Amino acid sequence: MKNIYKQIRKNPDFIELIKLRKKISWSLTAIVIFCYFTFIIIIAFAPDIFSIKIFDDSVITLGIVIGLLVILLSIFLTGVYVYIANKKLEEKNLKILKKITTN
Amino acid sequence: MVPSFLSLLFIFFSLDVYANSDLSANSDSVNIIAIIMFLIFISITLGITYWAAKKTRSASVFYTAGGNIGGLQNGLAIAGDYMSAASFLGISGLVFASGFDGLIYSIGFLVGWPIILFLLAERLRNLGKYTFTDAVSFRLQALPIRSLAACGTLAVVILYLIAQMVGAGKLIQILFGLPYSLAVSIVGVLMICYVTFGGMLATTWVQTIKAVLLLFGATFLALAVLNQFNFSLDLLFKEAISNHDLGEAIMAPGGLISDPISAISLGLALMFGTAGLPHILMRFFTVKDAKQARSSVFYATSFIGYFYILTFVIGFGAIVMLTNNPSFLDEAGNILGGNNMAAVHLSEAVGGDIFLGFISAVAFATILAVVSGLTLAGASAISHDLYASLFCHGKVEEKKEVMVSRISTIILGIAAILLGITFEKQNVAYMVGLAFAIAASVNFPILFFSMYWSRLTTRGAFIGGAAGLLTAMLCVLFGPIVWVDILENNEAIFPYKYPALFSMTVAFVVIIVVSYIDKSQQAKKEIAAFDDQFVRSQTGLGAESAIQH
Repeated sequence: MKNIYKQIRKNPDFIELIKLRKKISWSLTAIVIFCYFTFIIIIAFAPDIFSIKIFDDSVITLGIVIGLLVILLSIFLTGVYVYIANKKLEEKNLKILKKITTN
Repeated sequence: MVPSFLSLLFIFFSLDVYANSDLSANSDSVNIIAIIMFLIFISITLGITYWAAKKTRSASVFYTAGGNIGGLQNGLAIAGDYMSAASFLGISGLVFASGFDGLIYSIGFLVGWPIILFLLAERLRNLGKYTFTDAVSFRLQALPIRSLAACGTLAVVILYLIAQMVGAGKLIQILFGLPYSLAVSIVGVLMICYVTFGGMLATTWVQTIKAVLLLFGATFLALAVLNQFNFSLDLLFKEAISNHDLGEAIMAPGGLISDPISAISLGLALMFGTAGLPHILMRFFTVKDAKQARSSVFYATSFIGYFYILTFVIGFGAIVMLTNNPSFLDEAGNILGGNNMAAVHLSEAVGGDIFLGFISAVAFATILAVVSGLTLAGASAISHDLYASLFCHGKVEEKKEVMVSRISTIILGIAAILLGITFEKQNVAYMVGLAFAIAASVNFPILFFSMYWSRLTTRGAFIGGAAGLLTAMLCVLFGPIVWVDILENNEAIFPYKYPALFSMTVAFVVIIVVSYIDKSQQAKKEIAAFDDQFVRSQTGLGAESAIQH
């Protein structure tokens, strides 16, 4: 097994795969952390922003819209990651494993 | 054992119905419907437990249900493990009391999930076997790491269990008219049955069924509310504003979070605490591979997010339909049983006695599913991390390990009942906060660094994790809730309610510094072992596989 691990580590396809995965997972993490803490910081420092009404004749505030958007964004981004990771990245992963284990 | 327990329970319940027959006719008939629905739930889940017990012949089935759960079911089970009665009744109650502020909590409880998916899920599944500790001790020394992680796990499990048990006792007292200590005992005994006999398989099914029931019940409640307003949120909000004492203030952040440090600290605890909850992390070993682990997080996040949107609608619906309705108010004009009963009263207002009975039974089922998951995680820490790996150095018969796990379940269950009774009149709200802070300051950092930082050494993880644990506990002990409110001192030594900002910083800094200055032979070996671990965590090559049937 040690030998196989070593081979995989040197495989250029593997290096490319982990670079891609790293890029995707860290950018998505950054988006979620940024949105959530922006939301929290607005509540802590400038809560008035969230009482602005989105339309003149409506009582719905910016806070409620943004709050719901943060929930929907979390669901959407997990969906995006699972789609990419389970389709594209997994395919590449299996290809690498097949190539190395059949050698 | 299972059938005899059922009849015993039935006697408990029927005795109580008779004992309470002098209550008003209304609440009596309500009790019976709720109890019948609850008994159906118990019969089904105990039947499943009986079936699961016959299948639970190996450690792998006991801890992970054989690793054969599909992504969708595991997603439901994760949601069932995570959505507690506190989040259903507590958050809708918070929305009922102060509107927008409830949303702050919902969002906090949700945003940990993307982080678990992006950073932890696949690596955890590829490296671990039964508990998250397996992944951490992959290249680090088992003895110190497993003892630390077991401490972190048990601290989280026990604090969380106490909070759940106390909440359960009070809720069941109101819903079913049972005495507090009997209610706590029933929850404890049922949870011991599920976990001891049926292990992860029975726990998974209890959580799955509960999640379906809860999602169904909450959907019905929210639709019934929206139906009254022609599905216009704007109308619902307008009506709520005109009914609520706070008026338009319910549409914006209120007094829940005032100073920035508390806000950030709470945010960190919710986000990274979720990613360090042992009973949640354990669920990733019940699926076949990393692919299924990832899809289960997507399903779980969707269900949980959808559920929190519903609680928001339910809370606003309760404002409109309960605030000026004398049948749900006491003489002082407060809601009967407190704000946390908002969703329960609303179910009666929109669906009559039958739906009230259903929602009451769902609340009970919700508690059972969460405490079962917690107990299983605690028992696994004792049997797998402490007994098998530490005490027996990994050389232990599977049967013996499962036996130890079952005994630990019974001990934990009894302890939970006794602690639940002891803490009846105490303020336990801080315990969930502390549990999240410990999860964020011990479990999450050591798990994260072990997978992402090759320089992490055993010494760094152990000392840093212990420092995080100690900081979180001391901050809460000397903070405003315990030091001032409970111990009745004049002034808090640590001024903030939420310790995570400080305890996470301490854990991260100490882990990094100690690992850097660790120049031992052992440290060199551990750093060198990172490369192989990395390949396994990325490709899944060599990962534990599901058992074949």
